[in-house]
Amino acid sequence: MAEIVIKGLRKEFGSFTAVQSSTFTVKDGEFFMLLGPSGCGKTTTLRMIAGLELPTSGEIWIDGEEVAQKPASQRDIAFVFQMFALYPHLNVRRNISYPLVSQGMPKALVKEKVAEVAKILGIEGILDRPVGGLSGGDRQRVALGRAIVRRPKAFMMDEPLGALDAEFREHMAEELRALHDRMRATTVYVTHDQLEAMQMGDKIVVMNHGVVEQFGTPQQVYDHPATMFVANFIGSPAMNFLPFQGHMARGASEVTLGDTRIETPQLQETAPGPDLVLGVRPEHVWLDDASTYRGRILATEYLGTSQIVTLSAPNGQIKARIPSARNVRTGDTIGLTFTASTLALFDKASGRALRTSVNAEVHNG
Amino acid sequence: MSAFSVTEPSARSKGIAAVLVFLYAFITLLPLLWIISTGFKTGPDSISYPPKVIFTPSIEGYVNLFTSRTRINEEDRATLSPPANFAEAIVRERDMVITGPSRFGERFLNSVIIGFGSTFLSIFLGTLAAYAFSRFRVPLKDDLMFFILSTRMMPPIAVAIPIFLMFRSLGLSDTHLGMILLYTGVNISLAVWLLKGFIDEIPREYEEAALIDGYTRFQAFRKVVLPQAATGIASTAIFCLIFAWNEYAFAVLLTSGTAQTAPPFIPTIIGVGGQDWPAVAAGATIFLLPVMIFTILLRKHLLRGITFGAVRK
Repeated sequence: MAEIVIKGLRKEFGSFTAVQSSTFTVKDGEFFMLLGPSGCGKTTTLRMIAGLELPTSGEIWIDGEEVAQKPASQRDIAFVFQMFALYPHLNVRRNISYPLVSQGMPKALVKEKVAEVAKILGIEGILDRPVGGLSGGDRQRVALGRAIVRRPKAFMMDEPLGALDAEFREHMAEELRALHDRMRATTVYVTHDQLEAMQMGDKIVVMNHGVVEQFGTPQQVYDHPATMFVANFIGSPAMNFLPFQGHMARGASEVTLGDTRIETPQLQETAPGPDLVLGVRPEHVWLDDASTYRGRILATEYLGTSQIVTLSAPNGQIKARIPSARNVRTGDTIGLTFTASTLALFDKASGRALRTSVNAEVHNG
Repeated sequence: MSAFSVTEPSARSKGIAAVLVFLYAFITLLPLLWIISTGFKTGPDSISYPPKVIFTPSIEGYVNLFTSRTRINEEDRATLSPPANFAEAIVRERDMVITGPSRFGERFLNSVIIGFGSTFLSIFLGTLAAYAFSRFRVPLKDDLMFFILSTRMMPPIAVAIPIFLMFRSLGLSDTHLGMILLYTGVNISLAVWLLKGFIDEIPREYEEAALIDGYTRFQAFRKVVLPQAATGIASTAIFCLIFAWNEYAFAVLLTSGTAQTAPPFIPTIIGVGGQDWPAVAAGATIFLLPVMIFTILLRKHLLRGITFGAVRK
């Protein structure tokens, strides 16, 4: 088990920069999510930690040892591939024992370890089957078995649930998290699925265009996004953005949208320009006819316990998540209020969140 | 009336297809069957008109193929001891005696050495080159691949004269090594291109998994890539062997004695003691066997290999 420290990690492919000087720390035993849209550099980062790509510059420390330029075989980490990459010419047992055989471990011991891992994963029954005919879930378990059998310092997982059916993915995510809680092994997990990241991760790094946008716990990332990209990427429906113009000095705690004054968390810095964006999560929008900030209802989506109401407001479209018991009619114009302490303010030009009294903890990449 | 199906052909079209396939197979195999049957005819049977389809089989052709014989006259025949074996007996009936083995055996062995040797070398070099082209950032990769392909852009025999001169000055004429190198040179472009296609289809993740599991690059290649590429290697090997085995023009030009292969030798049988068609047919039949056996052994791989990569999975 080990702590992984990434310092100024950078990777260029020709003129294309896949990862731009990332810095973050994965604490010992943490389930760490690398989250971002495809092409954001998360997989490249993972592959550099694993030793499948050599970084252009930067440092990778695993368990106190600098390994950035070392071959994968000397790093003592395991990798679970998206397509599992089980050796197709070997059966389940030989797939799982492969990493042990490479170390020259005695046969009896290999057998014992494989049996132990098979028991943890509940795959004792398929050990002698060829991997070709296995179901997606069993392949996933075999791939995990091959990873954990060696008790490596850390696990790298590249969208390991991506190849599974939606229905089964949920189940496997729970299984994976349970396995991690049991083994307490440092795990770096790449995904583009924000729900998966929130559900399973202890920490999340959100990446975009090779840049670390934010680094924090799922709750920090959700409640206090560091950038507009993060606010938009995490949460479904995404955070509402209401662009407005105004000069906000340090200490300000309200904004004016149209004629309505809206209370916000107190600003800890002076806004760099007049072009600002107010961010509000759909669940923090309330329908309140007393409010002078009004919007016309364009559509409603029924989701069981809640419903998503899309409104056209003076500063743009707003989606509100409200209890489905509330009766709303398309075409009606209705007043809107926001939960003050949850609002975020962004500088429109840079997309960066302005420091307020509530988001001081946020780590910006 | 039976139900109409989009995917299942009707009994009638199945029947027509079967007849066509059978007819095609018969037409293609007819020369082969004729050669094999001629090998078991006697000399007169082989040239009789109308041709004989039903005949009494004889192994005279095979005996003639493997032996040198000389004609004897009546008086000498009386002084000879009785034939020592069946071959002697057959030859004796034609007023001849066996004077020794023919050169067919060694020519055939030359074909085996040169054919399999060049196939092995082509596959060995081709696999390594294809792997490198497929996996590594090779400078000028596309140009190199084109250069390799360009050796195929004219018939190899077009460069016969330069090769003849090169072989003469290097002392490679009429040597096994020379022929192996020549056939390897011709086959290597085919091998690299075919094998690169096969290796491209093998996901890199398998090797990466092996690298992570503590194996070196070469171990990953040997233990993970090679078993995966077996199909491609087998079908490429068949193509290489068929070329090297059947090659005639260079063999005529560059070999005469020690390294002569079977193709240029077989026609020379005709000249020994009249037009001995059964012996020629016997030689052709035996010559066919190795490639036939090799192809049958690897046919599963060959079929998979030919269609491999045709459909994106």
